[in-house]
Amino acid sequence: MIVIGERLNGMFKDVGKAIVEQDGAVIQDLAKRQLEAGANVLDLNVGPTAEDAVGAMKWLVETTRQVTDAPLAIDSTKVDVIRTGVELGGPTSMINSSPGDEAKLDTYMPLAAEFGCDIVCLTIDEKGIPRDANGRMEIAMRIVEKAMLNGVDLQRIYIDPVIIPCNVPDAGHHPGEVLETIRQVKLISDPPPKTTLGLSNVSQGTSERHLINRTYLVMCLAAGLDSAIVDPLDTELMNAVITADLLMNRSVYCDDFLRAHRR
Amino acid sequence: MALEMPTERWSGKLNTVTIGAGTRTSVVTVGGETTLPFLKFEGETPNPPVVAMEVLDVPLADIPPALAEPFGDVVNDPAAWARKCVDEFGAEMICLRFAGANPEGADKSPDECKAVLQSVLQAVGVPLIIWGCGNFEKDNNLIPVLSQAAAGERCLLGSAVQDNYKTIAACSLADGHLVIGEAPLDIQIQKQVNILLTDMGVSTENIVMYQTTGGLGYGVEYAYSIMERTRLAALSGDKMMSMPMLAVVGSECWKTKEARLSEDVAPEWGDAAVRGPIWEATTANLFLHGGADILVMWHPQAVAQVKRTISELTGEGL
Repeated sequence: MIVIGERLNGMFKDVGKAIVEQDGAVIQDLAKRQLEAGANVLDLNVGPTAEDAVGAMKWLVETTRQVTDAPLAIDSTKVDVIRTGVELGGPTSMINSSPGDEAKLDTYMPLAAEFGCDIVCLTIDEKGIPRDANGRMEIAMRIVEKAMLNGVDLQRIYIDPVIIPCNVPDAGHHPGEVLETIRQVKLISDPPPKTTLGLSNVSQGTSERHLINRTYLVMCLAAGLDSAIVDPLDTELMNAVITADLLMNRSVYCDDFLRAHRR
Repeated sequence: MALEMPTERWSGKLNTVTIGAGTRTSVVTVGGETTLPFLKFEGETPNPPVVAMEVLDVPLADIPPALAEPFGDVVNDPAAWARKCVDEFGAEMICLRFAGANPEGADKSPDECKAVLQSVLQAVGVPLIIWGCGNFEKDNNLIPVLSQAAAGERCLLGSAVQDNYKTIAACSLADGHLVIGEAPLDIQIQKQVNILLTDMGVSTENIVMYQTTGGLGYGVEYAYSIMERTRLAALSGDKMMSMPMLAVVGSECWKTKEARLSEDVAPEWGDAAVRGPIWEATTANLFLHGGADILVMWHPQAVAQVKRTISELTGEGL
């Protein structure tokens, strides 16, 4: 699984404070720890506290780049923030993310084409999050169409079927619909787009967050999920990911398979 | 319209391993591949496979005439034997196996073995593979002596197995050698051996993997599939399976009746002087396609044929 580390997000208190105070050591330490824990990509989000979001993203990318060349997922809802991040982050960057409505795709997809970078696209549009897999697939088809029109390689597209918290009343069917979407996305094209998921949302506001996160992640991996935005510092979660990869025959078993993966 | 070759995009790459240093006049570098064997249209094979020829510390018992003939008297003198392999038969490495140290055989002492090693180090400039006798207790006394006698030469020490790896790992660290990690045709145990060696501090660039191979007709297909699976794991990014592989060909082939029997006993099988080398060359070719980077061989004719194959498959024109 491609692990996108979620910790460099201004929504977390320590990171938000570090961004405001421009305390690079906190950021760099979290970057290094996430990579050591198995992150392949580092998500960067300046969060709501920064007044000058563009400036904050610039600082965040530059500060992270001082300690790693790893791909960065530039996470924002503002196009100028994303452009700044991707420009500085280089062609291995990932745009995170574009909603799946026409107008937004027409903004972000050309950006992905311009920089030759990966892009996360959400199955959400002006009508909100679809109730079921069919609705999500309708948006996924639009995403693929826009990618093709803009000449973006489909293997650079990461479709995020958007999971909502499992404790939301009358939304208990969503985890199942997301699983079904993950399966169906693989049938859209050959080669198909990739899939990813902002995992932690599934457990928002619940007790046993870690257990819910890792249980659902393993279910998604079994359905064919390629990537997820997760906290790589959650050791039990990462153990589950490594074990799921093993059970999907993506790695060779040995008695010390957890340690082997971390070498 | 030009045909576009379908290619696979691999995320992994084999480790590059260099054997030989100190007084060695040549070094051998293997590994670094980014594709399955010989798929030049798909990826890189920066270092072609190499042939090591095997030399024993004691003369071979019961040696078939077809194998004895090209060597003549030198089989009684490991240094002369090694020199002949390098000078006349083009061996890129010498695999010196201390079969005579085995307590169930000649039970040679570590000091006797050390004298043999020193004579071979003097006689040839190519890198050495130093292989114990296979008896754990004896090897744990023998390997430290040999390792120290060849300190700084970056030899390949054989072999570390799941139940006996600590001494050899410590020797490699102390004296600057590399280690052969051996597994009994078992990819999971191979990975575990690699983990155990790296736990001891042996770097992944100092490990070569060896799955106990067999000769043609004796489970060779299984060895091939294990090697292929290992290479696929490496190319898929499994760092603990990304070491180059070694295959023991000569000694396995010359155990088989197909290679050994004289034409008097098996006239329908044809000339024994041709049959044995073909048996060995065919086995070696198979392991080349499985992904072997180092082939340990015996018969000069088989060696010549395999070296020609390697050059044709890695050279220009294909």
